[in-house]
Amino acid sequence: MSYPRSIRELVAERAAGKVSAAELSRHFLDRIAAHDETLNAMISGCADTARERAAALDAGGAADGPLAGLPIAHKDIFCTRGVRTSCGSRMLDNFVAPYDATVVERLAAAGTVTLGKTNMDEFAMGSSNETSFYGPVRNPWNTDYVPGGSSGGSAAAVAAGLVPAATGTDTGGSIRQPAALCGVTGIKPTYGRVSRYGMIAFASSLDQGGCFARSADDCAHVLQAMAGFDERDSTCVERDVPDYVGALGGQGDDFLKGMRVGLPKEYFAEGLDDASRKVIDAAIAEFQAQGAEIVEISLPHTELAVSTYYVLAPAEASSNLARFDGVRYGYRCENPVDLEDLYTRSRGEGFGREVQRRIMVGAYVLSAGYYDAYYLKAQKTRRLIARDFSDAFENVDLIAAPVTQAPAFKLGEKLDDPVSMYLNDVYTLPASLAGLPGMSVPAGFVDGLPVGLQLLAPWFEETRLLGAAHAYQQNTDWHTKRPAGFE
Amino acid sequence: MSLTADQVRNVARLARLGLDDDQIAEYAGELSNILDVVASLEKADTTNVEPMAHPLDLAARLRADQAVPVTSRDDFQAIAPATAEGVYLVPKVIE
Repeated sequence: MSYPRSIRELVAERAAGKVSAAELSRHFLDRIAAHDETLNAMISGCADTARERAAALDAGGAADGPLAGLPIAHKDIFCTRGVRTSCGSRMLDNFVAPYDATVVERLAAAGTVTLGKTNMDEFAMGSSNETSFYGPVRNPWNTDYVPGGSSGGSAAAVAAGLVPAATGTDTGGSIRQPAALCGVTGIKPTYGRVSRYGMIAFASSLDQGGCFARSADDCAHVLQAMAGFDERDSTCVERDVPDYVGALGGQGDDFLKGMRVGLPKEYFAEGLDDASRKVIDAAIAEFQAQGAEIVEISLPHTELAVSTYYVLAPAEASSNLARFDGVRYGYRCENPVDLEDLYTRSRGEGFGREVQRRIMVGAYVLSAGYYDAYYLKAQKTRRLIARDFSDAFENVDLIAAPVTQAPAFKLGEKLDDPVSMYLNDVYTLPASLAGLPGMSVPAGFVDGLPVGLQLLAPWFEETRLLGAAHAYQQNTDWHTKRPAGFE
Repeated sequence: MSLTADQVRNVARLARLGLDDDQIAEYAGELSNILDVVASLEKADTTNVEPMAHPLDLAARLRADQAVPVTSRDDFQAIAPATAEGVYLVPKVIE
């Protein structure tokens, strides 16, 4: 069976009875069976429940929805009732969630069929997917290279065609960066657009759910089902969700005409690899060809983003991860002699190195005598970074930039050097700190490895963001390329 | 900025992380490198800048104080390391 290429077509063909949910699920489950041994993109499979669910949908026994029959995978950070939710950690290796995350619930209500849970950096802390307890994910474009992180499993699974779409989360770039490195389209919506309920917390003021798919139009379909107010998440925003799918469907070919697109000079300065820059320049030329007005802008506090983020995110993580204590769920050490021993040994044995590093950085910057110099200071520089964007959006409609300084790096290359791994996030952290919506759109290749174009829009302007990416994809075919061996 | 083994030991104690001396020594070097990077914050002029705790500067939303059904205790305790008669078991804390 060959499956329809876009989610829009797929949903229409299933509605017309040309393809069944069971056929779609079987097709993708077969691909997972054939390729995941190589990629390690999945932590847990749900083949049996997926088959039952697809059959129920076909029999009309399960409620139909706008995405009825669409196979999907969830990042293993989203709680799935009755299915192990490990968050890539030994700490939760035995954790079977007692409830569904709102994102999971909503996508199920829309008719999706969950095929599995995707691999990720432990507790979403990493930029290469190498910190997972379940081993690294491999990049389908070259299996010696990392897929990016932390949502590396979701990005690799979509790139290799193991699923048409997958969920992810972005705290400092964990959707945009792996999307760029794996050559798929990814969107991180505005902070508060998608509920965090049932999404295992890393840094609560930054964490935001989003998705990966093969095009902006596909992403619009998935985001449509995910987004919206949820009273179970106190920071979820009470605001109507626009009709993303309808907007893209009715979009004319002059969408970019007259749009002011800002190029932040700090993102094109020293550090950006020349070959990647050429790819980004060509993508921007396409925007210009479609009538966009390109202007240079400045986001002067960009250089503070790495330090700001690596104070605030670990601080929030040290607090959030205090709940893993070996008492109520998760890993417990053998034969604890007393309560203190139970806590310290369960956490010492259950968490991996990168997680322990970040917990300790967080505990340090929050500790007495250091709080003002680090944590409070970083909260102030965070405002400076956010202000850069609100000032810039006074004059431009959209920002375009690279996602990373270079394409994917080799497995193991940066694993022993946390600082070099952190510096890698320099182009994605600022928008996360500001809470802005952002995308990565496939824009070309360097030595066979994909390069992503980053697009950022003002708060809650996901429609504009998706529209711009869609306009670009209407006249380019980078997003349709498939890695050799995974056609 | 360089952290001593004792400082790292203290942070590990605050974070309830059981680490051996080899691990403490390795983390001392790594954490020092990370703190060197974040030290650049010092140079930023933040005079009259309000700290930003939340990207949208939202006020906490209030809700009606109503009881809502939650997943049952049995579901939660089914995944606990040790329970008995509806309570969680931990090593004895009172002699």
